[in-house]
Amino acid sequence: MKNAKNNQSRRSFLKVTSLTGGGMMVGFSWFANLIPNEAIAHTQDKENWVELNGFIKITPDNQVKIFNPNPEFGTNVMTSLPMMVNEELEADWSKVIVEMGDYDTPRFKSQFTGGSRAMAMAWRPLRTAGATARLMLMQAAANEWGVSVSELTVSKGVVMHKASNRSANYGSLATAAAKLPKPEKVNLKKPSEFTLLGTAQKNKVGKEIVDGQSLFTIDYKMEGMLIAMVIHPPAFGMELKSFDATEALKMPGIKAVFDFQVYKDGYAKAGFDTRAFNKLIAVVGNSTWEVMNARKKVVAQWEPIQDTKEMVMARGGKREEIIPAGLESTESHLRQMHEMQKKPTRVARKDGDPETAFKSAKKVLERTYTAPFLAHNPMEPISCVAHITDAKAFFVAPIQIPEMIKQNIVANLDIKPEQIEMKLARMGGGFGRRAYGHYIVEAGHISKKVKAPVKLIYTREDDLTNGIYRPTYIMTYKAAIDENNNITALHVIGGGFPESPLHENRFPAGVFANYLAESWELPSNITIGAYRAPRSNFNASAEQSFLDELAETVGKDPLEFRIELLKKAKSNPVGKNNDYDADRYIGVLELLKEKSNWGAAASKNAKRGVAAYFCHASYAAHVVDVTMKNGQPVVEKVVSALDCGFVVNPEGAKNMVEGSVVDGIGNALYGELIFDKGTSQQKNLNQYRIIRHREAPKKIDVHFVQNNIDPTGLGEPPFPPVFAALANALYKATGKRLYNQPYLKELGKIKV
Amino acid sequence: MAKFQLKVNGKPMQVDVDPSTPVLWVLRDHLQLVGTKYGCGVGACGACTIHLNGRALRSCQLPISAVGTQAITTIEGIVSAGKEMHPVQKAWLELDVAQCGYCQTGQIMSAVALLKSNPNPTETEIESAMTGNICRCGTYLRIKAAIQQAAKSSNK
Repeated sequence: MKNAKNNQSRRSFLKVTSLTGGGMMVGFSWFANLIPNEAIAHTQDKENWVELNGFIKITPDNQVKIFNPNPEFGTNVMTSLPMMVNEELEADWSKVIVEMGDYDTPRFKSQFTGGSRAMAMAWRPLRTAGATARLMLMQAAANEWGVSVSELTVSKGVVMHKASNRSANYGSLATAAAKLPKPEKVNLKKPSEFTLLGTAQKNKVGKEIVDGQSLFTIDYKMEGMLIAMVIHPPAFGMELKSFDATEALKMPGIKAVFDFQVYKDGYAKAGFDTRAFNKLIAVVGNSTWEVMNARKKVVAQWEPIQDTKEMVMARGGKREEIIPAGLESTESHLRQMHEMQKKPTRVARKDGDPETAFKSAKKVLERTYTAPFLAHNPMEPISCVAHITDAKAFFVAPIQIPEMIKQNIVANLDIKPEQIEMKLARMGGGFGRRAYGHYIVEAGHISKKVKAPVKLIYTREDDLTNGIYRPTYIMTYKAAIDENNNITALHVIGGGFPESPLHENRFPAGVFANYLAESWELPSNITIGAYRAPRSNFNASAEQSFLDELAETVGKDPLEFRIELLKKAKSNPVGKNNDYDADRYIGVLELLKEKSNWGAAASKNAKRGVAAYFCHASYAAHVVDVTMKNGQPVVEKVVSALDCGFVVNPEGAKNMVEGSVVDGIGNALYGELIFDKGTSQQKNLNQYRIIRHREAPKKIDVHFVQNNIDPTGLGEPPFPPVFAALANALYKATGKRLYNQPYLKELGKIKV
Repeated sequence: MAKFQLKVNGKPMQVDVDPSTPVLWVLRDHLQLVGTKYGCGVGACGACTIHLNGRALRSCQLPISAVGTQAITTIEGIVSAGKEMHPVQKAWLELDVAQCGYCQTGQIMSAVALLKSNPNPTETEIESAMTGNICRCGTYLRIKAAIQQAAKSSNK
């Protein structure tokens, strides 16, 4: 048995709380929704919930509720995190009620949806919370029966004393248990003792989803709530000069039209405070359609920005950042990126003597890869409910990391931290977009101004023109090869607007004695942010496409070539900062080799490509089988191998990998946000191409390396290697190496 | 503004809205039926799929003035009386389809309409009928499998 230190905060060790329908326990219920939700009302109208700790509440009549701390955007933390609690709590999982916790990070320790970190961050605290509560319930029974805890057993929420044939359910023990001191130390089960973790469990919220219940921010309603939309400049590099709302205000149902400043002058933006435009026009009215129509009647004048200084919070304090003037274009970005690749730039890592190795090389393979801006396009458009009163600031917010938006709300809405009350709604997708909560502050400003609850809604066009995007990148790989086909040096240089994709310490760093990694970035006024596996999503495509071509150049099988390089990195690593575990990397490739039947012919005369990648603490590899039909690629089958340590919920994990594969294929083939004169050319989903049913792979086989290493995430790691596995397969199918995303365009076969 | 008499999920309902208002916003803002989702507003994503006289269509593209006496069915109205779930919803749960879940009601509405007109669709027919419904999370394979499973269970 492993010991875990009990670090549940004192605050979360609580007394009995009697709560009624309108109290705190209403929590995430949609009580103000005009349609009463029977199922939720049933669970939440319960009185006399006993709180055992921040994660667990139990009623005297034996309903057990587990709170999910992390905002849910589709990775199914609503199931997997409560599973961790219940593995130790040992309540009857089929009857456990799962509820989304409100924003209360001190209580929940961490509420962080991003970086594929949920599993790793929750693994100990949540099991400890479950074990602590179980021990208290057992102690309550032991006290009642005058026996020792060691004589008791627990199963499905019932404590039993076999010797005297007595039993009691958790509900009957909860009130007494909550009064007991919290045990200082609890023992956590070993993986071999798990009965719930590691078993396939279905989504705890599945029924609510298929019923179409009110789950998302955009569904939320409250008494007196108005609808708000904003008008933003027509292009990056423009700002508001003046506007005339006379006609808009005459439109039916319109309450107010006004301009406002999102962040105060001089506000130092932290990492997740990115927003496209600081001066917006708000249009507020009774209903969405009325506001949409009135918005068209506002006549606004825009003007170009000058180079603008903005303060940002960085390591070591505030620093100034220049937002450049100008109307940028994809064409100009590409030209500048190619020019930058020819210049020496910042050295991120250097091993050995790459210059000499390249000079004496018999052969040099050099290839350059590019990728465009991408839009996250979560299916639920950006939205936020805000009701700011003198007493409090109430929000229903779809936000990945609520703690990160706190200082922004406090500074820009003049609110005290303790006045913030935030419900964390289920998010209709995120992919990184909802890490940036500028819309929460925008909704707050609007509510303050109109002195009413408001729901701010962005249209799809708004998010595609006033959003936050995956940067555009370039990467060049160069290998020096000697007369015996040995690779003697590797040079990688990468950059982008306004961020470099380079991970200088990632495989194949550590393999070659002579290695040079260089990095640069150019400023842009187009706002960028994290997008599913930031930087890795491009880095992997370049690296793994190059390795494929390099394997071919030196006459090796692409999968065996990767294993061979990793074995070198394992036995004789170069440098100290290599960020991957070569053994685990080899492990996923070996599993993939076996499960894909590598070396055998692919299914249906398809051609195969392979790629692997490590990021966000997990290892992923795919074999993609493609055929070409009428000039269009058809993905017949994908075999995936993953090592994310212990697999908490194999059903959810499998779904996550399948989704990443589909997302990867879609973005690789179709994804692009093209800019011209500062504005994106894809303004809605009829122009921005997202993968659809008939374009998805016909089959995806997912396999996990079985081990008991503490779990790591799956939201991001399976995504990056999909691009190159597909490109490498397309090369086999068409004879054409693909260097520039989206690949379908490069194949020159795009159907208009 | 104008008054419209509607039949929604078998019940008579009345709204007083601008005649150009899309059915999507009538359902969401005026009738509190929020299972029908807004995704794009241009009929490109399928999140707002409803049935009009049993036929699937995008409610963001249908002005309320064009409805007349035709029956509107939303996700809230597909379950037969006395049943807890529609067989398609049941298959969705059994195959654990959803990730974020936002598009799934629209997917289900398209699937229900498909199975009504074609109780035993081939894989190609499913892909073709469902291709107007985007799932950004990429749950397409599970959606296809769920439709096949629902078809099987209904054809028993």
